[in-house]
Amino acid sequence: MVYGLSTKYNSSIDYGLWTIDKINMNRLNKLFSTKKDNLLSIYYTAGYPEINTTLDIAEALEKAGVDFLEVGFPYSDPVADGPTIQHSSEKALENGMTLNLLFDQLADLRKRVTIPILLMGYANPMIQYGVERFCKKAAEVGVDGVIVPDLPMYEYETLYAGYFKANGLSNIFLVTPQTSEDRIRKIDELSNSFIYLLSSSSITGGNLQVSVNIEDYYKRIKAMQLKNPEIIGFGISDNKSFSKACEYAAGAIVGSAFVKLLGTKGYLEKIDEFVKGIRP
Amino acid sequence: MKYGVNEQGYYGDFGGAYIPEMLYPNVEELRQQYLNIINGDEFRAEFNQLLKDYVGRPSPLYHAKRYSEKYGANIFFKREDLNHTGSHKINNAIGQILLAKRLGKKRIIAETGAGQHGVATATVCALMGIECVVYMGEIDMARQAPNVSRMKMLGAKVVPAVSGSKTLKDATNEALRDWIGNPVDTHYIIGSVVGPYPYPDMVARFQSVISFETKKQLLEHTGNELPQYVMACVGGGSNAMGMFYHFLDDEQVKLVAVEAAGKGVDSGHSAATTFLGKEGVLHGSRTILMQTDDGQVVEPYSISAGLDYPGIGPQHAHLYKINRAQYVSVTDDEALQAGLLCCQLEGIIPAIETAHALAQLEKMKFDKADNVVICISGRGDKDLDTYIKYFGY
Repeated sequence: MVYGLSTKYNSSIDYGLWTIDKINMNRLNKLFSTKKDNLLSIYYTAGYPEINTTLDIAEALEKAGVDFLEVGFPYSDPVADGPTIQHSSEKALENGMTLNLLFDQLADLRKRVTIPILLMGYANPMIQYGVERFCKKAAEVGVDGVIVPDLPMYEYETLYAGYFKANGLSNIFLVTPQTSEDRIRKIDELSNSFIYLLSSSSITGGNLQVSVNIEDYYKRIKAMQLKNPEIIGFGISDNKSFSKACEYAAGAIVGSAFVKLLGTKGYLEKIDEFVKGIRP
Repeated sequence: MKYGVNEQGYYGDFGGAYIPEMLYPNVEELRQQYLNIINGDEFRAEFNQLLKDYVGRPSPLYHAKRYSEKYGANIFFKREDLNHTGSHKINNAIGQILLAKRLGKKRIIAETGAGQHGVATATVCALMGIECVVYMGEIDMARQAPNVSRMKMLGAKVVPAVSGSKTLKDATNEALRDWIGNPVDTHYIIGSVVGPYPYPDMVARFQSVISFETKKQLLEHTGNELPQYVMACVGGGSNAMGMFYHFLDDEQVKLVAVEAAGKGVDSGHSAATTFLGKEGVLHGSRTILMQTDDGQVVEPYSISAGLDYPGIGPQHAHLYKINRAQYVSVTDDEALQAGLLCCQLEGIIPAIETAHALAQLEKMKFDKADNVVICISGRGDKDLDTYIKYFGY
């Protein structure tokens, strides 16, 4: 018994220290330790509307003052996305975007962009690429975290968590108004940067409507005093919805509204104005 | 059951529930409750009563004499085409609507390819007085127009899926999106043994009535409840899983699953998943699916809307990988010829899906004493246009 206990104790300490060490290097954690509110994140789909502007867009967003970025790698069957992001994914795939190409584009990432970057996409492209290889490559180019909405907790824990940890990558989990308290606690335990709070159970691109129920939900989460900060996403499209979200959380993520902007002419020049419109 | 699902929802390497958090509460509610509900006495009694009085079960096991003569074995047709609404799909629709009622759901959504599952779902929703929305690929709506009208007559709203290939996989995506947006009052009746756990197991259980009856009927016909061969077509694989279910543990029974090769396995226009697919995640489960090296789902092709699907159910993926069942494929042309042959030898117009299973008989080598059961999963009324165009009748 004693041996068993002490072995387990020691190994978990080693692993824990090493993990914390790696995570400390992660830009996301640094950001969240220094800035606690009004954080603004922007999502866009790599390869949309043009194949080679992934870093140009990232650079423009950083210049405009965005705190961190979510770069989507497109998938043919994005079930959690509404029409706007579906369309951007379809177009990006038509343009020839692949994970291989995206990682090539990101090779110069850290020469041009200093803010934290997350990759966001669906499980299948990542599994085809190889999850271990994906994590290594992401860390190598300077990515800080990954959001894969259809990668379940059980599979993450049993199959993949080791690759994420070994490469200092944060895995971001989603929470909806229907997520139970037990599950939120578990998610909090597995997370090491922030929790992605969905404004409603919906696909992307809806409108944030703060009803009494939603306020109760935000308050309920706040009262749980989770160790990770929360960032609200889905339905954030303008200053009003952004400000509302920031009353309850450390910040918010804008996706579809920005992807719509990318669909217009001269989008690179409009980025600064768009971002200032969300957070003056 | 040796080949059944484990507690985590896996069949060997396949299955699980790869779903976004938005779907978690719905799927988790089902996972926690489905076995208790469907194994309850009161549920079983209502399910069996409806299968008997409403669907017309047991469906006959018919000894096809002219087929037996032609192929040199005792060929039996399990006549799911004689069910109310014309296919095996009604078995699962009845089971799931009774489950949805017990979960207190007020609204039903479904996806459909050939329209058979949509019609079955619209039918049971009419029967129970529950609102019904069916998602169907725009292309499938055109090639299965009579079924669209049938669903509408039954009171269902049919919503075209206009994304991607505008077929079954896209209809499934749209249904999943609807479910994400309606997490509390809506039940999603998935039509095949696909989707996140517990769907593959639940649908297989509801369809297992096919093999349950077959065993008894075969005993009456032949004095032995076990045949040498059991055959069925596979898109997602629900009729095949129902047909295999109670034979899985009888290892001496050879199981043959027939996929749609479309214009040929290597033609670039095919839906032969086990030949062309790789392991990955589709519609919530880890399975075998047709995809590019970059993990993008490939648009399948088959003349049969019901088989035009880029994946197979996770239990099929497992049976394939461990060689418990043999997976073969049949082209559009072979299937259509087999469909016509069945009309002319047995007076049965089979669905083009079913015709794929029949076509495989040409390639089998039987002993004269072999008993062979083939699932006649659906009737061909919905396919008359396609048959007529092909043969010029």
